[in-house]
Amino acid sequence: MFGYTFGELGSILAMQTFAGLILFSIFLLMALGLAIIFGQMGVINMAHGEFMILGAYMTYLTSHVFQNYAPGLFGGYFFVAMAVAFVVSGALGLLVEWALIRHLYARPLDTLLATWGLSLILQQAYRSIFGPREVGVTLPDWMMGSLPVTETIEVQINGLFVMGLTLIITGIVALLLFKSKWGLQVRAVTANRTMSGAVGIDTRRVDRLTFGLGCGIAGIAGSAFTMIGSTGPTAGQLYIVDTFLVVVFGGAQSLLGTIFSALTISQSQSTLEFFLTGSMAKVITLLIVIGLLMLRPQGLFVLKVRK
Amino acid sequence: MTSKYEGLDSPLRRKLLMGAAGVAAASMLPPMALAQQFPTAAVNTTGLAVTDTEVTVGILHSVTGTMAISETGSVQAEKLAIEQINAAGGVLGRKIKFIQEDGASDWPNFAEKAKKLLVNDKVAAVMGCWTSASRKAVLPVFEQYNGMLYYPTFYEGLEQSKNVIYTGQEATQQIIAGLDWVVKEKGAKSFYLLGSDYIWPRTSNKIARKHIENFQKNKVVGEEYFPLGHTQFNSVINKIKLQKPDVIYAIIVGGSNVAFYKQLKAAGIDLTKQTLLTISVTEDEIDGIGGENIAGAYACMKYFQSLDNPNNKEFVAAFKKMWGEKTVIGDVTQAAYLGPWLWKLTVEKAGSFDIDKVAAASPDVEFKGAPEGYVKVHKNHHLWSKTRVGRAKANGQYDLVFETADLVEPDPFPKGYQ
Repeated sequence: MFGYTFGELGSILAMQTFAGLILFSIFLLMALGLAIIFGQMGVINMAHGEFMILGAYMTYLTSHVFQNYAPGLFGGYFFVAMAVAFVVSGALGLLVEWALIRHLYARPLDTLLATWGLSLILQQAYRSIFGPREVGVTLPDWMMGSLPVTETIEVQINGLFVMGLTLIITGIVALLLFKSKWGLQVRAVTANRTMSGAVGIDTRRVDRLTFGLGCGIAGIAGSAFTMIGSTGPTAGQLYIVDTFLVVVFGGAQSLLGTIFSALTISQSQSTLEFFLTGSMAKVITLLIVIGLLMLRPQGLFVLKVRK
Repeated sequence: MTSKYEGLDSPLRRKLLMGAAGVAAASMLPPMALAQQFPTAAVNTTGLAVTDTEVTVGILHSVTGTMAISETGSVQAEKLAIEQINAAGGVLGRKIKFIQEDGASDWPNFAEKAKKLLVNDKVAAVMGCWTSASRKAVLPVFEQYNGMLYYPTFYEGLEQSKNVIYTGQEATQQIIAGLDWVVKEKGAKSFYLLGSDYIWPRTSNKIARKHIENFQKNKVVGEEYFPLGHTQFNSVINKIKLQKPDVIYAIIVGGSNVAFYKQLKAAGIDLTKQTLLTISVTEDEIDGIGGENIAGAYACMKYFQSLDNPNNKEFVAAFKKMWGEKTVIGDVTQAAYLGPWLWKLTVEKAGSFDIDKVAAASPDVEFKGAPEGYVKVHKNHHLWSKTRVGRAKANGQYDLVFETADLVEPDPFPKGYQ
């Protein structure tokens, strides 16, 4: 079949599933921050890609600091870099919420424009600070390799790393949403903002924290992408379309929806890519998503919300 | 010692080119006389922006938008060339002044700005464009308003215009020489072709496939394209692992390269064992990819920053002095540097700034001071140039491993390849 033996087809299946899982983790990392901000606040953050790239630049800076001041600890710099990325992106998120977003809560379309403008400002800022060219983020050696499973199947270490990271972050977000007081408040505000305010929830504070958290997660995602992608002023734009695709397809207000949507898109993309070409796989994936959205305009999972 | 800059046989040459003192000296002595020798009314009969002391040219590149990453180097090289020419006395005794416009990575915008430069500013020449899309957008403007464009990028060929001088390589100079080298040197029999999904990679891979299948009688075991900006190459890497081609021939462009080479390395494909040939990764791109991720790969183009000749050493030093120690110089940056110099030499050969006379005088203009060594303009307005193969090192530079003995004749419309 397709010019391969059954043994080869078996390995193809295994390796493509693995490639699909890596893609799934990446999609999920990209979309998580966007989904919780949109789900809770109804704000579509067009600058999401730029928050990711901020995380990538923070990783680049951290790698330089370690190279110059603590070369012995270089192997572990990535963990510090992710923390820095989260804190810096999250802090910028809080600042943006305070300076920009909170004035526009009743006007969702205006937040779209405002965050679009913000994304252009951030791109230009990166260009001025880091230069128009891509910067090279050096990774510790242990991250760049693969573990042989069988003769034809190999598992990439950075792929495993991204998967583990996604698992941990998704877990933390789920715990926060469903087990913490903040999570309870978020879910209350999502269900009915006015009523939540009336029973004494400080909706302003919930919004600010949510926006900061969403941006912080984007920063971690960006940090993780330095392993596989490019870091330049406009690189955020490369990810943003896929991110929106995942969020819209999943039904924007549901964590579970985001997970399933990322899984569906990544697996179909990865499987199709093997038997077709890269460009064709993308086209067909898009067609499938459009088709399903016509059947279910609200996305895969819809939260029951009182309007 | 013979001078490499025509019309400038002074022992003060280096000083004139580099030093501020030279600028003052140059403006005092021979150029003044030169300008008087060529009265404006005689050298400019078509109303270009030429005065007794100045001539205006245009620089038209993207300094914003997605192409800014690539085109920045071209702008820097063109400004350096203009500064050096001015320090050496200018063109026909006139200082070059430039007007810079931003194409903003938007092709219709390139056409607008080209029209502005030609119609409003009356520039005597334009150095600019990078993508084939932007060149195709401005071409009708240059032909309609009779302008002169110096275009620096290596490209797919299949074009020729009176109004354009192509200072980069066309497809046959780069692709065919590179494929022949890899077959001869590595005994390659099978190729996997990869590229970004737009006109340049598709057209050049068409030429590559024809050459591999019809002329070399070898095999293409896969050919695949990815959207611009694609960052997921795991699937194609799996296919490459199964097919085990002798050569991966990758002409992916821009930021996707970073993803591609990092993922190749992570998947355990060792480029010191698996031959990979590219024509789209210059020192500029390696900056983003990281030298350790691409070390061992071969690139086929006409220029590498590491070329060991006196012209190039001088060029690299001057470039770094003007734009910073950390800058790197890729193939296209060097080709952009050739533009202003070739224009100066052509104008002086023609004894006129008029576009028609410059176009007519272009064939056989030689530039002995080219960093790549020596170039000559062909009557089809492309350059005779050498083809070289370099091997990427972990420090981001290329080691020269091969160069053609002679200059390769440009052939933008190759027979049997269309």
